[in-house]
Amino acid sequence: MLTFEGAVFQQGSFIVSADFAVSEGGVTAVIGPSGAGKSTLLHGVAGFVPQVAGRTRVQGRDVTRAAPQHRPVSMLFQDNNLFPHLTVMQNVALALGPRLRPARDVRDRVEEMLDHVGLSGLSDRKPAGLSGGQQSRVALARALLQDRPVVLMDEPFSALGPALKDEMLDLSVSLAQGRTVVMITHDPADAGRIADAVIGVVPGRALPPVPTQTFLTDPPDEMRDYFSLL
Amino acid sequence: MAQRAVSVIAALFVAGLVVGPVAAVLWRGGGFTALSTADLDALQFTVWQAFWSAAISVGLAVPVARALARRQFWGRGALISIMGAPFILPVVVAVLGLISVFGGRGFLNAVLGPLGLPRLDVYGAHGVILAHVFFNLPLAVRLILQGWLAIPSERFQVAASLGAPVFWLLEWPMLKRIVPGAFAVIFVICLGSFAVALTLGGGPRATTVELAIYQAFKFDFDLSKAASLAVVQLALGLGAGLVALFLARGDMLGAGLDRVVRRWDGSRVMDAMWIGAAALFLLAPLCALVIAGVPGLGDLPGSIWAATGRSVAISLGAVVLTMMLALPLATRAGEAASLLGISVSGLVLGTGLFILLQPYVRPSSVALPVTLLVNVLMSLPFVLRILRTGVEGAKADYGRLGASLGLRGWALWRIAYLPRLRRPMGFSAGLTAALAMGDLGVITLFSRPGQGTLPLAMYELMGRYQMGAAYAAALVLVAVSLALFWVFDRGGRVNADV
Repeated sequence: MLTFEGAVFQQGSFIVSADFAVSEGGVTAVIGPSGAGKSTLLHGVAGFVPQVAGRTRVQGRDVTRAAPQHRPVSMLFQDNNLFPHLTVMQNVALALGPRLRPARDVRDRVEEMLDHVGLSGLSDRKPAGLSGGQQSRVALARALLQDRPVVLMDEPFSALGPALKDEMLDLSVSLAQGRTVVMITHDPADAGRIADAVIGVVPGRALPPVPTQTFLTDPPDEMRDYFSLL
Repeated sequence: MAQRAVSVIAALFVAGLVVGPVAAVLWRGGGFTALSTADLDALQFTVWQAFWSAAISVGLAVPVARALARRQFWGRGALISIMGAPFILPVVVAVLGLISVFGGRGFLNAVLGPLGLPRLDVYGAHGVILAHVFFNLPLAVRLILQGWLAIPSERFQVAASLGAPVFWLLEWPMLKRIVPGAFAVIFVICLGSFAVALTLGGGPRATTVELAIYQAFKFDFDLSKAASLAVVQLALGLGAGLVALFLARGDMLGAGLDRVVRRWDGSRVMDAMWIGAAALFLLAPLCALVIAGVPGLGDLPGSIWAATGRSVAISLGAVVLTMMLALPLATRAGEAASLLGISVSGLVLGTGLFILLQPYVRPSSVALPVTLLVNVLMSLPFVLRILRTGVEGAKADYGRLGASLGLRGWALWRIAYLPRLRRPMGFSAGLTAALAMGDLGVITLFSRPGQGTLPLAMYELMGRYQMGAAYAAALVLVAVSLALFWVFDRGGRVNADV
């Protein structure tokens, strides 16, 4: 599915390496101390951070040199997921093409997706008129409407309160059914809640995924320091 | 990559517009053979008046800024806003305001005359310095006020509780850091003064190099001499500009000056006096202008309205071209490049363009396009300074989101970036419009009488001593300038979701 073959991503002077495969269709959490390279890894997969060695494949296709818009991945960023000057409709419709006045059929599909995330009737609002949780739902709707096989989540719900965050994580996973979800978190409880496997990231290196229960009860040696601090 | 190509084209266009005329000036005037004693006098006067203008502006600004920094009073915010206004106030308008207060038939003489005090005259070297102080005192106040407000209020609390001398402990180190830069910026601005010298100066004792360039054109019809003088002005501007670049700190258009630091020292009465005097000095000429101008509004000649139309056209054209160049140039390198243009004065560019164009076209037939181009070059450094942070912020915040949605090229700008830039674009378009509307510079070299811009038409009225009509035209000019600024600035704010 998502395969790293001796991949090295470099942002400035900082590098992170990965050499493993992520299994298809499940939820994989990425856990590690801040500054270790979790974001760099995800942004590398999305094509924002240059890959300086090895190969990255998605569903067998080599995307190592592909531009971000040509990769079969959609991404939820930590913040700035929505354009503040566009309506909910316009923001979500961008998933289907660069049109600010979407065609009838696009509008219908957007409305349908907004129903799924529980935002019926809010398509004319601008982000400033929505709560934090509602804004997260808009971003999720767009990422899902992009309909890419891989969904990357760079802690998009970290600004929400604990209950709302759990709710959004559950919603994301249930709606992303069938897609491969890779999500960063700094909370092992999040991983325990929804992830099938966990990628540990230590400074400069991403470790191969381990089943979540194994990871939490018997973390890899490299991660022990991190867990002892939690 | 298409975006990079657009940036490179814009950069080459700007560089060509600066380098071409400068090369023409160097080629034509490089010999220095034509410099006379009068020209050397002009050089000396230019430096002398710039020094005193800067020294007086900064010297007066220190107590005014300190008073503003530590006193809260009704109208403080408005006064500080007004201190930003001279930036967009047309020079000729301010000059007419000063004439109506300090001139031979001005308000002050009407009061002083009956008291048996000597009559004041605003024309000459002191008039030039007076006008420069009028324009640059507010700038100096704002620059120095920024320095004052940058001192953390806790330090004043510590100093007060220790009973320590606030001036030597806190203010003197700040002034040592800020004042040289403020002085240098104003010195450079005054070195390139043309419109003030044209309207209030002249003669052997009050001619700047810029004015001498104009006189070489208009009185001597001597292009070589004009070019030689332009080389002198170029060296002067570049030298001083480099010094200013190293010394200057603070943001000339800075915001966030609405804070007052609570203090426990200083005399309330003295502070009130300084603020009152500064406000009177800045506001009286504008009030006097309104009083002097309103009666003449009814019978302004039709030529004034035609000139107004030409000025508005130049102003709007300058806005469009400036924005088209500024957006692709809004990077660190682009801003540095555009700063080169600021030390090349409008008259130097005008002289160079005249040399380049004269063999092919009649200069008067291209007066308006040339004025437009030169105004674009003059505005670009300010506009880029305003826009750059906005562009960089929009790219940092939404560049990756845009890329992940497949937005590229024009679509990326239209959907993601331009809406984020409405406020800075509106503000900088307003500045560009007002500056171009009020500019009295290169147009004087190219235009024939009766076919120029509104500021030039006003200058012609002053030359014919039709002061009533000139005051009225000044009101039209200031109204249109402020209206243009307001419309653009407002357009950027209304409905902007930030």
